Amino acid sequence: MSSRGAGGVDGSRQGRAAVGDPLAVPYREREQSVTLARMGEPVYGSEAEALADVETELFTVNMGPHHPATHGVLRLLLTLEGEVVRELIPLIGYVHTGIEKSCETQSYWKVIPFVERMDYLSYYFNAQAFCMSVEHLLDEEVPRRAQYLRVMHLELNRIASHLFWLGTSALDVGAISMLWYALRDREMIMDLFEMSSGARMHTRYLQVGGVFQDLPPGWDAKCREFIATMPTRLDQYEAILDRNEIFLQRMKGVGIVSRETMLGLGVTGPLLRATGDPWDLRKAMPYSSYEDFDFRIPVGTVGDNYDRYRVRMAEMRESVKIVEQALDGLPEGPYITNNRKVALPPRHELATSMEALIHHFKLVTEGFRVPPGEAYTAVESPRGELGCFVLADGSSRPARVHMRDPSFVNLQALSQMAEGSLIADLIASIAMLDPVLGGIDR
Amino acid sequence: MPDATGLELIARRLRKQIGARAVVATSFLRGQATLELRAPAVGDALRFLHDDSQEPFDFLASLHGCDYFPEEPRLGVHYQLLSRERAERLGVRTRLRVEAAEVPSVVDLYPGADFQEREVYDFFGINFAGHPDLRRILMPEDYQGHPQRRDFPIGGEPVLFTHNEHKLPRWYE
Repeated sequence: MSSRGAGGVDGSRQGRAAVGDPLAVPYREREQSVTLARMGEPVYGSEAEALADVETELFTVNMGPHHPATHGVLRLLLTLEGEVVRELIPLIGYVHTGIEKSCETQSYWKVIPFVERMDYLSYYFNAQAFCMSVEHLLDEEVPRRAQYLRVMHLELNRIASHLFWLGTSALDVGAISMLWYALRDREMIMDLFEMSSGARMHTRYLQVGGVFQDLPPGWDAKCREFIATMPTRLDQYEAILDRNEIFLQRMKGVGIVSRETMLGLGVTGPLLRATGDPWDLRKAMPYSSYEDFDFRIPVGTVGDNYDRYRVRMAEMRESVKIVEQALDGLPEGPYITNNRKVALPPRHELATSMEALIHHFKLVTEGFRVPPGEAYTAVESPRGELGCFVLADGSSRPARVHMRDPSFVNLQALSQMAEGSLIADLIASIAMLDPVLGGIDR
Repeated sequence: MPDATGLELIARRLRKQIGARAVVATSFLRGQATLELRAPAVGDALRFLHDDSQEPFDFLASLHGCDYFPEEPRLGVHYQLLSRERAERLGVRTRLRVEAAEVPSVVDLYPGADFQEREVYDFFGINFAGHPDLRRILMPEDYQGHPQRRDFPIGGEPVLFTHNEHKLPRWYE
């Protein structure tokens, strides 16, 4: 595409010559060159040697990018021997929308809606990671009430994300009714989000320095209703799935990856905890008052798909406990910082105070400026460590926003989980990996 | 996090092990410790930090690039190391000129760096010497330029649809 290179930089071809110039291969042949050249000799087990006279051949198929069981536009290049996956290469980038690039053209407070759309199932976490980075650069203290409000919404979001995972994963292995049950409960959380912020997804509720507004009347009662319902519902779901023979056969003993391999690959979150490693940033490096809450970290024993399923189910129960504790112990005080250079003044002050009007005007038009520096802060998202790197150059726009998305890093474990297993097990392993392609491609 | 003194001690040990010029600078801002290294020393330094008997950092949390335009050297690669045992983070940073944008790959130390190094190569054009399979990962294979550089303009790209296919001459190349 010759016309595309209009914006190319002089130095952009520098690195390319050293790695064997991929452009030398014609575009249409490039995908073949990815696999056939790298594949080498196929691996055959002892069974295959016994059946030496039987003709075997490897078979390369594309799974995706629009396969319904890949949880988005994930494309897998599979090399199959019969029904057994011998090699798996994830090909990604089909929903790459350049969010990180777009963030560089927005003022800080306008970046929040952008980053929320990366991992679209855990939007509160994206906003929290970004806000923590900016607050770190500004040296801005978040009021305690705002921290508790954040924790409440983060944990509700974790439950919503896990419920969506539960419904779609069970759907992948054929338990269709689970989808409707899980989405029914997710609706209750969406209603709570709608009450507190006006939007059901991508709420932009978290702000730099606090949250957008205080809880509305009636939120408390509705949230307690949800807290009372959820544990019973989880019991029911486990009763459905834990006796489902089809489900169990795809879960137990499938996709085992050792703890050491997971750690080497940088995998975090429920996948790592399923191998028995109790690593959770909420406990290890508490942020946003997580040290105030009493909760446990569920871990697995074997590290197979069943452990991943159990860990996430147990995490939902723990999150319910955190939300309840946060509701009970919600401190009084402001819900956003009083620093008018960062947070908008209350609406009623605009009619009486000239200074408030000026602050409002400056914040809405230019936004606040952040002193030069760089920060990396990480939160525990439903899928693992979600880190946000912000480089500030002193202006009102970030010079770089990078999200270390857990789905992106965790995806590297998929070939370890699936190679040597059946295609049907691969579907279950993708489901238990819980990738969100919006987060992978950003 | 290592405190300001701890960071200096790490820097001193690195200077002793890798060479006096390996560490360019240290910075400690509100609890976040960052080491700035010379690019050729990154491989050895991360190997030392990984295997260090006193204070190992055995987990690579994040690897990302950034562009300090208009400062020179322009490009930067950041490694966010993590010690899960001590619950400490250490940032390692290296700065590169556009003409010599190459750092040693750390995939053999941290296999999880594979995708992340490909992402940095894709978006910044930084070459990771020794990476087993350095290809674009998120942008199309035939894309020209490295879009996360600050001087790469935003917008204005022709997007291929059936209705404008004939207006983009030789798009298939």
